[in-house]
Amino acid sequence: MPELECAFPQVVNNLAPCLAQGGMNADLANFISILLGVVLIAALPLATLLILLVVERKVAARVQDRIGPNRVGPYGLLQSIPDALKMMTKEDITPAGADVFIYNLAPIIAFASVVLLWAVIPFTPLHIGADLSIGALYLIAVASIGTVKIMVAGWSSNNKYALLGAFRTIAQLLSYEVPLVLALLIPVMIAGTMSMQGLVEAQRGMWFFFMAPVAAIMFFIANQAETGRAPFDLLEAESEIIAGYNIEYSGFKWGMFMAGEFMHAFTASVIFAVIFLGGWIGPGTDQLPILGFVYLGAKTVVVYIFGLVLRSTVPRVRIDQLMSFNWKFLVPLAIINVLVTALLLQVVNWLGIAPQGDAASDLIANLPQTVVLLLGNLGVMGTVSTLVRNMGRQQRLADEAVEADTEVEELAHAAAH
Amino acid sequence: MLELNVQTLAFFVFALFVLGGGLGVITTRNLVHGTLYLILSLFGVAGFFVLLSAPFLAVVQVLVYIGAIAILIVFAVMLTRSMTSLHEVVNRQWVLSTIVAVLLFVMLTVTIILPVWGQDGSLAGQPVSEVVATTTDLGKALVDGNQYVLPFEVASLLLTAAMIGAIVIARDDE
Repeated sequence: MPELECAFPQVVNNLAPCLAQGGMNADLANFISILLGVVLIAALPLATLLILLVVERKVAARVQDRIGPNRVGPYGLLQSIPDALKMMTKEDITPAGADVFIYNLAPIIAFASVVLLWAVIPFTPLHIGADLSIGALYLIAVASIGTVKIMVAGWSSNNKYALLGAFRTIAQLLSYEVPLVLALLIPVMIAGTMSMQGLVEAQRGMWFFFMAPVAAIMFFIANQAETGRAPFDLLEAESEIIAGYNIEYSGFKWGMFMAGEFMHAFTASVIFAVIFLGGWIGPGTDQLPILGFVYLGAKTVVVYIFGLVLRSTVPRVRIDQLMSFNWKFLVPLAIINVLVTALLLQVVNWLGIAPQGDAASDLIANLPQTVVLLLGNLGVMGTVSTLVRNMGRQQRLADEAVEADTEVEELAHAAAH
Repeated sequence: MLELNVQTLAFFVFALFVLGGGLGVITTRNLVHGTLYLILSLFGVAGFFVLLSAPFLAVVQVLVYIGAIAILIVFAVMLTRSMTSLHEVVNRQWVLSTIVAVLLFVMLTVTIILPVWGQDGSLAGQPVSEVVATTTDLGKALVDGNQYVLPFEVASLLLTAAMIGAIVIARDDE
C-alpha cells in the first residue's frame, strides 16, 4: 500500500536521485523525471476518453428512449475502439488552397489546449501535476488558447462556412469567458488563494457550492458554453453552418477536434468538482490519500452526467439569444455577485464569525459564514429574478398595447369604408 | 561563467522563440502567419517570466496576449484587402518608424541593461533584488496607498475611457 499511496510524487521525487546515482547529469535526471510525470498526467485524460465516448452516447440514448451502442463488448462498452479505428482509417483530405502547415497544426492545438488543463488538477492531497500559486488563473489562460485553434482551423481551411463558423464561435467563447472568470473569482476570494490545492483545502469545512451557489451555477453555464455543449452548441450547429470551423477536416484530424471537445467537457466537470464540490475532500482522505481519486471521480461523474442529460434535453439557442443572455444577464449578475460577496466577506470578518485556524476544517465553525453568504446569494437570486420578471411583464404589456392599437386602427379603417 | 544546465538551455530555446518569432512577424507577407509568429514570440516571453520565477506574469502574458490573438486575426480579416500576400507598402512612414524603433531600443538598453550590468559589466551575475515577491505581494502593492495605487487607478481610468470611447465610436447614431 505505501508504494501505491504516493505513486506520482515518488516517481518524480525518487527517479531523479536514482538516475543521478547511475552517473547521469543531475539536471538531466531531474528533467527526465519531470517529463515522465508530465506524460503520466497527460495520459490520464486520454485514457478516460475511450470510456467518455460510450457514456456520452449511452446517456443521450437513454434520454431519447433508445438503447444506444450495444454490440461491441458487454453493454457496448468497447464501442470506442472500432470507432477510433474507423476514424484512423478514413481518407485524410486537405482542401485545395488550404494553408497546409497551420491546417495541420490546428488539431494539435485543439488537443493540447485541453490536456494542458490537467496539469493543475489536484487528484488527491499528494497527486497533482504542479501546484502553482496561480493555478486558477492558469486554467483561464490555457482555456483562452482554445480560441486560437478555432480561428486557425477556420481560416486555414479556405472555406467560407468554416470561416463564418469560426467567427461566431470566437464571439461565443470570448463572451462567455467574462462570466466564467468572474464566477471563478468568488471561490478565490473566499479561499484567499489561487492555488488549486489551496482551493480544495479551503473547502474542508464546507463546499463552495453552498457558500456561493450563484457563482457555481454561473460557472456551470459559462463552462457549458465554453465547451460548446447544448444549449450553447452553436459551434457545431449542423442545420445552419454545417459543423462550423472544422467542416473541412476529415479522418483522424477531425477525430482530434472531436476528442478535444469531449475531453474539454469532461475536464470542465472535473474543474467544477474541484472548485465547487470540494475536489478530493471526503472521509478518510487524510489516512488514505488515494481515496481522493474515488471522491473526485464520483463528484465529477455527477456533474458530467447532469451536463449530458441537459445536453440531450434542451434545444439550441439562437445566436442573438446567446449573446443577450450573456451580456445583458450573466455579466451584470456576475459583477453584482462579486460586489455582494466581497461585502459579505468583510461583514463576516467584522462580525468575527469567520472560521479561524484549525476550526476552518470544522463543519460547525463554518456554518455562520456559510449562512451569511448563502443568504446573500439567495438575495441576489431573488432580486434578479424579480427584476427579470418585471421587465418581461412590461415588455409583454407594451407589445399587447401596440397590438391593441393596430387592431383599433384596422377596425376604424374598416368602419370608414 | 555560463553554466550549461536545463535552465540555461531553456533560456536559449525561449530566446530563439522570441527572436525567431519576432523576425517572422516582420518578414512574412501572410498576415495570419504573422499573428502565429507573434504567438511564438509572446510564448517565449511567457517562458522568460517562468524562468524568472514570476508565474503570475507568465500566465497573464498568455491570457492577455496569446488569448487575444484570435481577435487580432479577426481584425486582420476585417480590415485588410489581402490576407495572404501583402505586396504594396501600406505605411509610407517606415523611415520614421525605423528611427523611432532604433531610438527605443537604445533607450531600453541604456536604462535597463546598464544599471543591471554596471558600466563595465562588474555587476553582472549579481541578483538585482533579494526579495522574492509573491502574487500576494503584487496584489497588495497595487492597492497600497504608499505604493502603486495611484498609477494603478490612473491606468484603470484610462482603460475605461478607451472602452467607452470605442463604444461611442462603434454605435449607430440614433
